[in-house]
Amino acid sequence: MKNVRPKADVAIVGLGWCGSLIAEELTRAGLNVVAIERGPWFETATDFPPSVDTDELRWDTRRGMLLPPAVETSTFRNNSNQKALPTRDWNLNEMGYNVGGSGTHWAGMAWRFTPFDLEPYTQTVKRYGEKQITDGLILQDWGVTYDELEPFYDRFEKIAGVSGKAGRLNGETIPDGNPFEGNRSSEYPLPPLEGMRLTDIFRDATKAMGYHPFMVPAGQASRAYVNPLGVRMGPCTYCGYCLYYGCGNFSKSSPNACVIPALMQRENFTVLTESAVVRVNKAADGKTATGVTYIDRNNQEWEQPADIVVLSAFQMQNVRLLLLSKIGQPYNPITKTGVVGRAYSFQTVSGANLFFEDENLNQFIGAGALSQQIDDFNGDNFDHSELGFIGGAGILVVARGARPIGNADLLPPGTPRWGKDWKKAYTHAFQNATFIFGQGTSYSHEDYYLDLDPEYTDDYGLPLLRVTFDYNENDRRSAKFIEEKSVAIGKAMGAKTVVGTNSASGHYSPYNLASDHTIGGAVMGTDPKTSVLNRYQQSWDMHNLFVLGASSFPNNAGYNPTGTIGALSLWTAKAIIEQYLKNPGPLVKV
Amino acid sequence: MKKIKIIGSLAVIAAAVAAVLLWRNGDASADEVADNQIQMKQPLSQRDAAAVARGKYIAIAGDCVACHTAPGSKQPFSGGYAISTPFGDIFASNITPDAETGIGNWTERDFYRAVRHGKGKEGENLYPAMPYNAYVKVSDKDMHDLWMYMRSVKPVRSKVPETQLPFPYNIRLAMMGWNLLFFDNSGFTPDPSQSDAWNRGAYLVQGLEHCAACHTAKNLLGGDTRAYLQGSNLGDWHAPDITSDPHTGIGQWSEEQIVQYLKLGSNHVAVASGPMAEAVTNSTQHLSDDDLQAIASYLKSLPGGDKQPPQPLAASHPQMKSGENIYSVNCTACHNSNGKGIANLAAGLANNPGLQADDATSIITTILQGGRGAVTQGNPTSGAMPSFAWKLSDQQVAAVATYIRNAWGNAATPVSADEVAKQRAKLKLPEQMPER
Repeated sequence: MKNVRPKADVAIVGLGWCGSLIAEELTRAGLNVVAIERGPWFETATDFPPSVDTDELRWDTRRGMLLPPAVETSTFRNNSNQKALPTRDWNLNEMGYNVGGSGTHWAGMAWRFTPFDLEPYTQTVKRYGEKQITDGLILQDWGVTYDELEPFYDRFEKIAGVSGKAGRLNGETIPDGNPFEGNRSSEYPLPPLEGMRLTDIFRDATKAMGYHPFMVPAGQASRAYVNPLGVRMGPCTYCGYCLYYGCGNFSKSSPNACVIPALMQRENFTVLTESAVVRVNKAADGKTATGVTYIDRNNQEWEQPADIVVLSAFQMQNVRLLLLSKIGQPYNPITKTGVVGRAYSFQTVSGANLFFEDENLNQFIGAGALSQQIDDFNGDNFDHSELGFIGGAGILVVARGARPIGNADLLPPGTPRWGKDWKKAYTHAFQNATFIFGQGTSYSHEDYYLDLDPEYTDDYGLPLLRVTFDYNENDRRSAKFIEEKSVAIGKAMGAKTVVGTNSASGHYSPYNLASDHTIGGAVMGTDPKTSVLNRYQQSWDMHNLFVLGASSFPNNAGYNPTGTIGALSLWTAKAIIEQYLKNPGPLVKV
Repeated sequence: MKKIKIIGSLAVIAAAVAAVLLWRNGDASADEVADNQIQMKQPLSQRDAAAVARGKYIAIAGDCVACHTAPGSKQPFSGGYAISTPFGDIFASNITPDAETGIGNWTERDFYRAVRHGKGKEGENLYPAMPYNAYVKVSDKDMHDLWMYMRSVKPVRSKVPETQLPFPYNIRLAMMGWNLLFFDNSGFTPDPSQSDAWNRGAYLVQGLEHCAACHTAKNLLGGDTRAYLQGSNLGDWHAPDITSDPHTGIGQWSEEQIVQYLKLGSNHVAVASGPMAEAVTNSTQHLSDDDLQAIASYLKSLPGGDKQPPQPLAASHPQMKSGENIYSVNCTACHNSNGKGIANLAAGLANNPGLQADDATSIITTILQGGRGAVTQGNPTSGAMPSFAWKLSDQQVAAVATYIRNAWGNAATPVSADEVAKQRAKLKLPEQMPER
């Protein structure tokens, strides 16, 4: 017998930032929304109380909050001539596995992308000509501009309670802010976090070098805060347990702290937890979605019919669900046609490890996004004419707390890996070892893509997603450039030993956790031949299917993706409420 | 011993009552204004919509749903909630218009008699777990609206277990004696010397909101003592003093701060938790601002007890010293080292009157079991606190509770490890996790 739930107006797959933000908008507009989340419910006070949450072994080393590879993983290879094998251990594809999704365990860097990042093709060709684009690079505009997205960035920052300092406000440049950012219509809702010794040294050194340092916008509330949904946040205590942890102080911007409390008050909202969606169901003519099929915690298969389906799972899971549901044409790397799985990329990371002689970094406190950064070499903020690449990186330091287990290898070259000398070096390193992180742009390439693995399957017998990826020439050039800049800054900061780091100097591996910002595979754009979604993140193939998240990004910026994910979700929500509901159909005609 | 005393006093009461007194006390003639023909199950018409809407507000103010719905049930008013009393569990009845298992066959008059005089349909006495001693103040007009609303409620077929108290409390007739002693059978009389707002507040506090049910201390037989709204022990909780006493009551709060507490479930210092969180979520948050203002104005006018606050314990007191240590490790992340907490999220402890009563039960329960702030439309966050039972020993809980009650200018009696041990056993919480 088939289990069928009552029909909903909207079925949402995955209740992280995207799912909760769009659910908030759509329930407020009166729609009956059912969200289906693969992971369990998490309770801020009882699952993450500050008195027990500071457990690095549980949450960080053992990734207590992530989707275990034993439940779902992906297979991986560097190029299409290799055989892909499953990644069986924790790796950089970090999928949320709870109500709140990755928004519960993220570090909290709450960025906007620059105007260039959303129109990289047009602006590159305009400034440098086609010759600047390396062979096989996929470079295309998103179909939405920064100016269009600005009000939604603004709304996201207010919901999330972001702490920061504007650099470009209503056309004016503001001292101590980021002078390279896109123009803002209002100041951040909260002032920046307090600086630390590390951020001070970086600020002073980069300023002296003529760069423009600023405090990174942080998803940690610098003050007690009430957001536009009436939800309250407590001031951050700088405990240093953000990345991989939940926040029991109601201080970290997360769906759990910022959106879900309001959502749970609404009678037209339902969340089904521990329920994994396995496919989107299609109408007989294949032109619309009729709902989704999911498997509940008792291994029972259910159907959730709905008028609108929103995929808002992790980037890779969104792509996999499209492939499993046979929606859109899968990318073919030989003919270079098809769109689903095309334009996948990661994040190019390089930088430097710094070892001081006699510093007091005081790493017993910190916060996930307590950072100083320069954007002088990010996006298209500098002249690339003779450089042979586009993009760059945000170059930053982060006072994130000590991670006594995780940092045990961050020691000067030549230090023994065990014994008395290791202990001595590690004790010294607590106050003296840190790193510069160049969080780079990444542009996808026609040789790299996502598809379904022909051999390996998950618990339900469904094919795993296969990743075919390596760094392309543009990535390698930009990474090297950023590494050199980082080493120079490290020296200017007064570190005794500076060791350049460059994840793109070798082959890509999912076990090198340079970053966990994977993107693309179901990208938005202006042309159905090169994108899965139109500018409203609406499927070109099925007008009542919307796909939210970093899977929509055709390229990655030198920033964390969350702010843009949030802004795009709110942008799509508005399009659904103001345009789609009145006249259901494609919002962009081709 | 205690039991014999109770039985003895019951016997004396029964023997001593004069028939006239009894008759007066049991007089429900005030309910004869109500119709005695139409039964609850009969359908309403469009014309009744306004009365139903007004009645819904009365039902919310009376918080009927809190007791008359089983925990977790999605069928409001279908009964089944076991109200625990020192005399045994009393099951709240199904008050939906279902003819068989609810009160569908009742007339408006039957309904009035139950709500205002504690009489069942057949004239039997209800247990005063049903706060008819408060609802007797409800006006005829509000009763009629409430009746109309209850008629509009969806009938639910759900048989509620019969209340079976042990002897002698199973003798419902004995409630006549109880009523005689503790039931003031008189409606609400406005005080002409006070403002309309004060009178409205008094009407709500004494009647529909039945605040005294929790906030007035009870005697051995469960009747109200004279210490009106000066705080009472509810077993796992201490319902605090809500008079204008400046030390343990709300004397230092402005009317706006009282209104905010009842509307949002929290204010500058306090966060409603335990049974009060339910009262705010189900009832007070939905009251109009005028009604909340009226309640605040009335409560502020109530004199406190005549007890003088104790001297705070010296910082050198051994419990204060270890308490400060435990506090700084476990509590400061939310409640702050200055005890000020986070307004409307994590309770302030400094100058929080609810923490300074002689009775420390709420603090002990909260530390041991954790707590959850009220969820309201205006403040959906529901700040919450985890259980510390596994982490702290009885001595440690006692020390930190004592510290909280005597730091930052607070002053209250110390808490003993013995009290904590008893409360831990009562809450069936585990012992402190052994150190390895």
